[in-house]
Amino acid sequence: MKNKFFKNLTYTGWLCLIGIILVILIAIFAPLLAPNDPMATNPDRRWTSTKGFPLGCDNLGQCILSRIIYGARLSLLIGFASRFVSLLIGLIVGLTAGYFGGWLDWCLMRIVDMFLAFPSLLLSIAISMFMGSGLGTVIFAIAIVGWAEMARIIRSSALELRSSEYVVASKTLGASDFRIIMTHILPNCMPIITVIFTMGMATAVLSEASLSFLGLGVDPSLPTWGGMVATGKDFMITHPQLVIYPGLCIALLVIVFNVFGDELRDILDPSHKGNF
Amino acid sequence: MLEYTIRRITATIPVLFGIIFVIFSVLYLIPGDPALTIAGPRASEATVERIRTEMGLNQPFCKRFFTYVKNIASGNFGNSVLTGRPVLNSLCEKLPYTLKLACIAMFISILLGILMGIISAITRGKALDRLCTILSVTGISIPVFLSGLVFLYIFAVKLRWFPASASSLTMVKNPLLPFILPAFTLGIRSAAFLARIVRSSMIEVLNQDYIRTARAKGLNPWRILFRHALFNALIPVITVIGLDLSSYLNGSVIVETIFDLPGIGRFAMDAILQRDYPIIQGVVLIGAIIFIVVNLLMDLIYAWINPKIRDEMMGKSVA
Repeated sequence: MKNKFFKNLTYTGWLCLIGIILVILIAIFAPLLAPNDPMATNPDRRWTSTKGFPLGCDNLGQCILSRIIYGARLSLLIGFASRFVSLLIGLIVGLTAGYFGGWLDWCLMRIVDMFLAFPSLLLSIAISMFMGSGLGTVIFAIAIVGWAEMARIIRSSALELRSSEYVVASKTLGASDFRIIMTHILPNCMPIITVIFTMGMATAVLSEASLSFLGLGVDPSLPTWGGMVATGKDFMITHPQLVIYPGLCIALLVIVFNVFGDELRDILDPSHKGNF
Repeated sequence: MLEYTIRRITATIPVLFGIIFVIFSVLYLIPGDPALTIAGPRASEATVERIRTEMGLNQPFCKRFFTYVKNIASGNFGNSVLTGRPVLNSLCEKLPYTLKLACIAMFISILLGILMGIISAITRGKALDRLCTILSVTGISIPVFLSGLVFLYIFAVKLRWFPASASSLTMVKNPLLPFILPAFTLGIRSAAFLARIVRSSMIEVLNQDYIRTARAKGLNPWRILFRHALFNALIPVITVIGLDLSSYLNGSVIVETIFDLPGIGRFAMDAILQRDYPIIQGVVLIGAIIFIVVNLLMDLIYAWINPKIRDEMMGKSVA
């Protein structure tokens, strides 16, 4: 699968893969890359762009570039973590519903329908409000609206695999349900899981940015891209840079995940080729 | 068709009850005593107890849930904790703004999305198709708050074509003008999404045998495109429009905050910041009900237009 994967990746795909790796590296090595302390305020530096501050300073005199570099950390961390939690719930619900079928499937899918019907952003906002701000809250608030879509897709894969010959053969040989799920169903669901995980990263990054923008993300003093845009919007008429730079970062990261997810789908799941 | 309709509606009812149950339990579990909030910190124990009995807070969980469902069925969504106003009255007051916003956004989305999708499909693989693809990927990826702020900056602050804030004064002068920018912000995003779907569905249809037959007959290519291909290519669009509506409700929270529109999104956001639980309950419930009903309708229309889908669904018993 790996060979096929790298052979079939287009130039755009490579570009996006490199982009993702680059952002991950920037996030990991943020302390080395950032020219200044992202939290250090200085009223004398407000809105100036002196030497050593390539993108200038914000309303508190904090280095914009350093805050953007550190912001990549939170965006990626929250994106990955929330996707991971979504995936875990989605896997349990989706595999159970798809493999066992019957009334269990019907009940679980109604719960999934329920979560799909809730206005997702509103639900995230309400959760982060009630649970108080914090990293865990944000991850939970984004994960809780993302798992239903995953569960639905995994379920339809499992449903298809359930009636495949090797699963039936394995069952006849007396393999336990758990063993069949772990050794036959789950590995065959991996391609579609990879695709939805990557594409969902885009949504998760956007949700985190939206929550931070509304002031309901992690601690507002921490550097997040959405939070920076929110601060910048009050000064947009005179200093649009504080909206534009972090805003572009969010858009670019989301584009990269979207396009890479699209490429992955074309390679791993050719039946959907061309769809978005 | 009747059987399908009945099955589809039966599957909706437990979901609706589930949603009401979740919304109710969340409010039940949240720490804090609503009676204490209404009575105020200096009220006597007797007053608090009286309010508690009046609100039915002393009753067991099941009984309270039953009362809650009964109240919702009769249109009573409770009263705002802060102002005491019935939630439904406030919702009815705010809903027209958001609906107007959603309608204009949907109009923009359908117009731009279908147009871009068709252009992409006809010029498949060429530069124009690439450009449309890049535009739609960008449109999907740009956060609503960024595009909203940029539009606000360019068209309202710099060019002064539109009012920067849709406060009640500007509303009276021209009832449509304040909605254009926010609707554009919301519409562009779903237009980008729609363009992708129209493109792939159009390409699929253009490869069908009947299109080849029409071409072989020597029909006018435009006639083939618009009479034979477009209608069939637009069938998947129906489902997307249903999903779009929920994205408008989500987007309205941000867009209405940026553009200062007094709609449902702003109302919900204010209520969340003030911890006015009955209002949050009401908005989430209304949002979920609208989503369920619209998607039910879209599914039924979809099945009605395309009997193949209906049979497929029945066969697999997706319900």
